[in-house]
Amino acid sequence: MKKLFQHHETYLVLIILVLSAVITSINANFLTAENMFDMMKSNSFVGIMAIGMLLVLISGGIDISFAAIATVGQYVMALFIIRFGGNIFIALALSAIVGTLLGMINGLLIYYFRIPSIITTIATMNIYYGFLIVFTGGKWIYSLPDWFRKFAEIRLLTFYSSRGIAYGLSVVTFIWILVSISAVVILKYTILGRSIYAMGGDRKSSVRVGLNIFLTETFVYSFMGLLAGIAGVVQALLVQTVAPNSIVGKELNVIAAVVLGGASLAGGKGSVFGVILGVALLAILRNGMTLMAVPAVWFEFLVGFVILVSIGISSYRGKKKSTQTSVIEIVMEETSCLK
Amino acid sequence: MLKMKISVDNEIKVLSLILAGVIILMTVLSPRHFLRFETFQGIAFQLPELGLLSLAMMITMLTGGINLSIISTANISAITAALILTTWIVPEVPASTDMWIILIAIIAALGVSLLVGLFNGFLISIINIPPILATLGTMKLLQGVAFIVTRGYVISGMPNFIRFLGNGKVVGIPMPLIIFIVCAFLMATYLNHTATGFNIFMFGSNPIATLFSGVNNGRVIIKTYMISGLFSGVAAIIMMSRFNSAKAGYGESYLLVTILAAVLGGVKSEGGFGRVKGLILSLVILQVMSMGLNFLGVSAFLTVAFWGLIMIGAMISHFIIEQRNQLRLSSGNSGSSIKYKGK
Repeated sequence: MKKLFQHHETYLVLIILVLSAVITSINANFLTAENMFDMMKSNSFVGIMAIGMLLVLISGGIDISFAAIATVGQYVMALFIIRFGGNIFIALALSAIVGTLLGMINGLLIYYFRIPSIITTIATMNIYYGFLIVFTGGKWIYSLPDWFRKFAEIRLLTFYSSRGIAYGLSVVTFIWILVSISAVVILKYTILGRSIYAMGGDRKSSVRVGLNIFLTETFVYSFMGLLAGIAGVVQALLVQTVAPNSIVGKELNVIAAVVLGGASLAGGKGSVFGVILGVALLAILRNGMTLMAVPAVWFEFLVGFVILVSIGISSYRGKKKSTQTSVIEIVMEETSCLK
Repeated sequence: MLKMKISVDNEIKVLSLILAGVIILMTVLSPRHFLRFETFQGIAFQLPELGLLSLAMMITMLTGGINLSIISTANISAITAALILTTWIVPEVPASTDMWIILIAIIAALGVSLLVGLFNGFLISIINIPPILATLGTMKLLQGVAFIVTRGYVISGMPNFIRFLGNGKVVGIPMPLIIFIVCAFLMATYLNHTATGFNIFMFGSNPIATLFSGVNNGRVIIKTYMISGLFSGVAAIIMMSRFNSAKAGYGESYLLVTILAAVLGGVKSEGGFGRVKGLILSLVILQVMSMGLNFLGVSAFLTVAFWGLIMIGAMISHFIIEQRNQLRLSSGNSGSSIKYKGK
């Protein structure tokens, strides 16, 4: 029991339960399967990007460019399937490949030139997005093919509500679940995954242990790009339009969700389960506000409040702990050996 | 110490070269438009608000932190001032008390921005939240407050004096430029000639060493973020004056540009290094570029892409220069220092 309370996730589950109880007591529609499945569907694209961000944060980096990558992937996909047709697998593969390539550029720049990841990705975000707008003229795309629309409506499980309306597990949510499972497998059961944790925990030590830092670092950013590409298609599936400004600008929301889930910006910490809880917390907050008829203007305020309180508590506990067991770190000559 | 001096001077040299290059390029590409008085005046009016925000960003980056809440701080300060001004001043009926109300409004705006800075500093130093998250939280909180207060509407109609601060001229020099130069000078003096300024650099290089040399780290951080807030507040007044209004969500695209400007100007994001001079040079480069490309009919988005490319180019050249320096240093004095270098 005591051990359970050492985990960040436990607190998150508690917060979510309390929040859900409050919302349900005001509007009973919250705790219906219909609403739950609906929330899982509409948040899947944030969830997919959050998984990618998790790996980047665990490795000790950060990526600001993923929203731009997702938009680029989305556009390339939409232009291709409108002109040449195809099917959903081609669409996903195309966007994923574009995303992976752009993510790989980030990773290579960060690895070879040791530019701080936040700087690199701010720069590449501007580059990717700038060129995208110039080449496409920033036009909105509405005329997506019919099969694209039909795919988004596929449900893997179907239920009927008392009023006869169909609902269930959307295929979009299923993509999110697949992505989450693959991330768990990579992080827990592969050398690559363990080296991501090791690199984020202590880069120098992991070099000396002989881990392949080049592979790890490039993989993390490429994987972020891959998931951004997939998330771009998922977002297009959800709203059935492709617009230049629909994803860009939401970078910090995704990072907030991941950090709420217990990932540390210093690297080496974080779990897939935590990230899903973080995404869920923000989703429930937004959904609950609508159901409780709280004006939408309060959302940003509450998000800020939740971030500060939840991270504040864990940071303050960390500080308390570190004053009890004082560790003096000896910083030695750096740079050249870090590579 | 000596090594640091050399690399910083290189920084200024490289930036000046880039600036000269950009100006020559723009002159060659569009001689009729670019080399005109109006062009430079346009730059002089546009530079200050971005410049003040970049200074606000820079001082936090010197400590190895970051302040994502500068734009929202500016907006909340501007909204505070605008609310005071529009409630108590009737534009059609000039009254003798107007000047006092304007003064109160400006002080209120600066006060709010200082309070936000204090709050950020408290979160970072006392609660121990990493700067990027603390200021992200504050940013969301303030955006929320701004929306709640204004309901998303624009508060417009500023008195003449406020409009003068952003649009007027004194002996041919744009007023915002004067404010910016004064602020930049104050910032440079503060950083280079006061104890706190020295501690800010020291904290950025090595917080543990700073603590052990008897510095109150918490106070340094709180001061840093308060000053960052204050500069956002000054930027708020200029922005409010130039837009002739205040609104939640103004200027949000500036946020990443300020980081870009600071980094291009030689501020290390890990902290400890950076100069106001370099920052100003990089700001001028960015402005000249966007102005020149604008004349060429290039889309604003392509300009932003070019900024990104320049930034990556600058970082790569830093890396190469640094590696060469290190090679020279380590081949110069072989022995003890090399042993610890790993490979």
